[in-house]
Amino acid sequence: MEKSIRKYFPVFVLPTFAAFTAGFILPFLMGIGLSFCRFTTVTDAEFIGLGNYTKIISDATFVHALWFTALFTIVSVITINVLAFAIAMLLTKGIRGTNLFRTVFFMPNLIGGIVLGYIWQILLNGILENFGKTLTYSSAYGFWGLIILMNWQQIGYMMIIYIAGIQNIPDELIEAAKMDGAPAGKLLFHVTIPMVMPSITICTFLTLTNSFKLFDQNLALTAGEPSNRSQMLALNIFETFYSRSGWEGAGQAKAVVFFLIVALIAVAQNRLTRSKEVQQ
Amino acid sequence: MAQKREENQVSAVRRAKHGWIYTIVFSILSAAWLYPVCLVAINAFKKKAFITRDPFLLPDERSFFGFRNFVNGVEKTDFFSAAVNSVIITVGSVAVILLCTSMCAWYLTRVHDKLTAAIYTLCLFSMIVPFQMVMFPLSKLANMMRLSNPVGIILVYLGFGAGLSVFMFCGFVKSIPLEIEEAAMIDGCTPLQTFFGVVFPIMKPTTITVAILQAMWIWNDYLLPYLVLDLKKYKTIPIVIQYLKGGYGAVDWGTMMAMLVLAILPVIVFYTACQQYIIQGVVAGAVKG
Repeated sequence: MEKSIRKYFPVFVLPTFAAFTAGFILPFLMGIGLSFCRFTTVTDAEFIGLGNYTKIISDATFVHALWFTALFTIVSVITINVLAFAIAMLLTKGIRGTNLFRTVFFMPNLIGGIVLGYIWQILLNGILENFGKTLTYSSAYGFWGLIILMNWQQIGYMMIIYIAGIQNIPDELIEAAKMDGAPAGKLLFHVTIPMVMPSITICTFLTLTNSFKLFDQNLALTAGEPSNRSQMLALNIFETFYSRSGWEGAGQAKAVVFFLIVALIAVAQNRLTRSKEVQQ
Repeated sequence: MAQKREENQVSAVRRAKHGWIYTIVFSILSAAWLYPVCLVAINAFKKKAFITRDPFLLPDERSFFGFRNFVNGVEKTDFFSAAVNSVIITVGSVAVILLCTSMCAWYLTRVHDKLTAAIYTLCLFSMIVPFQMVMFPLSKLANMMRLSNPVGIILVYLGFGAGLSVFMFCGFVKSIPLEIEEAAMIDGCTPLQTFFGVVFPIMKPTTITVAILQAMWIWNDYLLPYLVLDLKKYKTIPIVIQYLKGGYGAVDWGTMMAMLVLAILPVIVFYTACQQYIIQGVVAGAVKG
């Protein structure tokens, strides 16, 4: 069978592979190469070695964006997962109206980041106006604004995944623990959480990468204001490419560093939580 | 299936003691959850001066603006042609992605050699690469290859979206017993007939999941179309919304609110219609991802 399928390579694989090469492999390799070059378009590249990398280390906006993004990621991963898990726990207890609540909480996920940013800009600025402030008053306002926005958007998605995980725990397991007189806290930490570890793995992975790579919401909510203090990494890279002439190479070097961090987080997180999963 | 369990059907060990208290708490929370969207809808009917001053008030005789914000916004942004572009790009890309990547995934799973293993590994790898890494070379390449239009961008989405789809389809193909396909081939089916007659119909659940995940991404995507499309001729809904912000500080919040309503409305309608599929698709996608 394998032999007769093999002849059909051009039909089955070639379209996807050609697009994948043009849309991913080629730009990725060019991206790595260009990070060692000076250029304004891709055709006039000139090799300059590590110049771009030394340039970005001394770029204060980049270093600030890196810390801002790291802090944002930590806070949002914790808040989103804790709240989503708590809501999922309560929505698996057979409460009347569960389906409706689930539908409502999930809804913001379908709205795009740009639209979300403006929705929350009008709401949060409306509240802050009572105190004579705006979202762009200082980076702290932008930071917490983004945290609130991300929680609103992502809790529903993670909740759905946690609900599926909790529902998969066999009833007998909970019943046995209750019969043995396990208090609610022990039941949670020694039965429920270990049993939903696969869901925790996937949810922390998704929230980590979503938060770290956040762009649209950042652009629409604060656009990095005041003076780039609420700018996250993805937006910083974008501005380096398209708003600072002569910085294209530095922008590409930042993108490579960004990729390495995302890859490192993804691999490390996967190792860490997978090792805690129990075999069912 | 655990997910199919109706509400209130959970076993006694799980049921909350005072369920009605939670129902009240969650009703309030749900109303709060919907509030931001309602706020936008309310303000879409107010004159712009009243929006930033008192966003929380309902429109009254002085601030009510009827549908003028909508009319102004649609004229200013040419919203409907942007909506048409968004639909063409999303539907076209999802259709092409489903067709091409499912075929590719079947081949990659059934044929074992170094090349298929390498392609599969590259697909996995592409899933952790952020868009910023490739955005500059990709947008220049797309321009050189004349892909800066709603049809050309479909190929870009196929290329950049292939990783996740191939991975998910491969996961499913591995669970299909080989005997079914072998029987079809022995009966004289060509690989193409076997794929479309036997394999593709079985794949339906994964096809729905991939379709939903990709549609959610492509419909809402801002940066890729912003960089790839020829913006003088083609815009999408997110691009139009961002354009309304325009220059420095001079945002007409009236038209902005109206356009936000027009951007959200189709999504809400679509969601209410296919809610069950979307939620199940997300769960299935998460388990395999």
